[in-house]
Amino acid sequence: MKEKIAEYFFLICSLISIGAVALICFFIFRGAYPAVQTVGLWPFLTGGLWKPTDIPPLFGIFNMIVGSVYVTAGACLIGVPVGVFTAVYMAKYCPQKIYAGMSQLVSLLAGIPSIIYGFFGMMLIVPFIADNFSGNGNSVLAASIVLGVMVLPTIIKVSEVSLKAVPKTYYEGALALGATKEQSIFFVLIPAAKSGILTGIVLGIGRAIGETMAVVMVAGNANILPETIFKSVRTLTANIVLEMGYASGTHFDAIVATGAVLFVFILLLNLVLGVINKGSKTAGT
Amino acid sequence: MNLHYGAFHALHNVNLGIDENEITAFIGPSGCGKSTLLKSLNRMNDLVQTCRITGKITLDGEDIYGNIDVNMLRKRMGMVFQKPNPFPMSIYDNVAYGPRTHGIKKKSELDRIVEESLKNAAIWDEVKDRLKKSALAVSGGQQQRLCIARALAVKPEVLLLDEPTSALDPISTVKIEDLLLELRERYTIVIVTHNMGQAARISDKTAFFLHGEIVESGLTMDIFSNPSDRKTEDYITGRFG
Amino acid sequence: MASRKNVFSIILKVFVYLAMGVTVLSLAGILSYILVNGVKTFKWSLIFGKFSSQNPSMSFAIVTTCVTIFLTLLMAAPLSVFCAVYLTEYAKRGSKIVRYVRLATETLAGIPSIVFGLFGAIFFGTVLGFGYSILTGCFTVAIMLLPVIIRQTEEAIKAVPDLYREGSYGLGASKLRTVFKIVVPSAAPGIVSAIILSMGRIIGETAALIFTLGSVAQLPGSLLDSSRTLAVHMYIATRDGGAAGREVAFLTGTVLVFIIFLMNVAASYIGGKVGKDFEN
Repeated sequence: MKEKIAEYFFLICSLISIGAVALICFFIFRGAYPAVQTVGLWPFLTGGLWKPTDIPPLFGIFNMIVGSVYVTAGACLIGVPVGVFTAVYMAKYCPQKIYAGMSQLVSLLAGIPSIIYGFFGMMLIVPFIADNFSGNGNSVLAASIVLGVMVLPTIIKVSEVSLKAVPKTYYEGALALGATKEQSIFFVLIPAAKSGILTGIVLGIGRAIGETMAVVMVAGNANILPETIFKSVRTLTANIVLEMGYASGTHFDAIVATGAVLFVFILLLNLVLGVINKGSKTAGT
Repeated sequence: MNLHYGAFHALHNVNLGIDENEITAFIGPSGCGKSTLLKSLNRMNDLVQTCRITGKITLDGEDIYGNIDVNMLRKRMGMVFQKPNPFPMSIYDNVAYGPRTHGIKKKSELDRIVEESLKNAAIWDEVKDRLKKSALAVSGGQQQRLCIARALAVKPEVLLLDEPTSALDPISTVKIEDLLLELRERYTIVIVTHNMGQAARISDKTAFFLHGEIVESGLTMDIFSNPSDRKTEDYITGRFG
Repeated sequence: MASRKNVFSIILKVFVYLAMGVTVLSLAGILSYILVNGVKTFKWSLIFGKFSSQNPSMSFAIVTTCVTIFLTLLMAAPLSVFCAVYLTEYAKRGSKIVRYVRLATETLAGIPSIVFGLFGAIFFGTVLGFGYSILTGCFTVAIMLLPVIIRQTEEAIKAVPDLYREGSYGLGASKLRTVFKIVVPSAAPGIVSAIILSMGRIIGETAALIFTLGSVAQLPGSLLDSSRTLAVHMYIATRDGGAAGREVAFLTGTVLVFIIFLMNVAASYIGGKVGKDFEN
């Protein structure tokens, strides 16, 4: 009897995460619905003007979708090569003696609050860009750099694990055929760990597209389509955090709808992850 | 009785009596079903989801797969495993775990049971000064005797041992064999072993298993000196297995 | 041929070390910049003094952060551990429930914190009527932490050898007793390290808290009051505080980095013990 009650209790605890996802979906999409109904889905997604205080107000988030894509792409350009190569270092080059320290360091990089990344970017990277290039420094480039560093730990950890999971015989087999260490790594090891590395990258993209505080502090947040990487940019996340505090009525609904669009992006990324993992499972067996 | 794991028929028409206050040994090559039978005696096979049993196993005339409390059954049938598996807690807590499970809370009572069980398992003198130390810190042989003490602490009637010495050195093995001969006075013991010498040294009865069937069973002396089945003879003389 | 092979290998090797250097230098740069400036602007009054517009001290935010950590973990930790226990010890392998729970936790893990913030503000703040308050903030962050603690607790429980379970069942212990006296205690180091890491998440969280817990600069009188955690304090100071705010931000950042560092070390120290107990 006691056993059965306990089992059902544990089951209910497990169902809470399902319930949470359901609640989040429900309230985000229900909150978004009135705005989409008023503005129309197409004008909302493709409109370039966001003027919540105009009469009548205009709600178009096209520039922000593009902005999010730009800074995420920029973050990948920086974070993916650095992250994957660092993972290779961790898996194959790092001396045993400093390995514990290095992996502690990567964890620390993951643990630093995003607000500190943003602050650092605001104090150093933004002025640097302003001094050496055009504009006032608050830009796509600044956001990309900051995000590029922020996605590093995700990419490094996941890639490292998958590199280490490749059977030793692959690597040794390549070495035995006379390939150099680097050739064995890049032509045998990395292709074999491909799906794990891709998973890391997709998780990194998820982190970049969802990051808020760090981006808000360095991106300038002007609602424009940036023509160069030195121009200001506003992301979906920034739009939410900047205006949510005072928005009301349709404006608030439009903010929730911005969140819903972001949510859909994340769900799509999860779908991509599922496909990658499924592919790797069938390839593995 | 018959036992299946999913579609795999692990035990065929096994029919065997086990007598009180004797040591019965199950021998046979690996995968022959001897451990499986041992585990069905205290229903540890229940933990395997695909396991299915037909037929009957009785303890003092009572069907153990009938309407009984599994936990009480397991209390009556102490079990010792192939690999010493003390819990990651102190020696004292390891031995006291069973009695506590069955509701004994009083400190003096627990103290008494712990001491008695450790003495019965012939390990008291070696550990009495470090009862509060981790059970994982003692040697493998001591760990296994500790596990026997842990099993004795719940006052079982039957002691089931699944290759208890296969992970131990020869000296520890001798100690455990001596211990089992002593314990025979008070308990019914069933031991699974793939060590022929061990079965011959300590058991009263032996059952020889092959491919999930009992090929031959009877007095150990008879089986080892005068096996009636050719396969038994081949196995105990070391032609296979 | 041989020389071309060498050139290729050397270039790749250079890239590997370059990437490692960039990673290390990024961290070192951020940490040293924050810490050096934090030490430069260090004033006891900014940490423990009473908050005023002349002295934007973080004392109240420290209290709020501690309360938030405690309350959030109180909600999230038991729930996550029970969930992990169910998934590993009770649910049949590959059962539908396991698959759906896994899908749900993976989805939760991917949701950006600002979306959690939106949801928390709408659901806990407005629908349930908690407004901007510590309670709203804690509920919101507790949901964010579920996947983190569940995942790591599951791993820790899976690492507990079956021998322990068999030993306990063999003595006639029930499943419940086996789980709570043997399995969970054996997995404790892993669970504790997961909890410490989630404390780090709570401390560093801003986007999910700013519109749930709010950003009022006050020592909260009750759980229904709004206040600021350290990270939110740092954000508001940077945004609104001008040059003086930057000083506050440096110091708050230093405190944050210091705490996170300690937690990471503690988590890996405790977590590192996990496997060791089982080795013999």
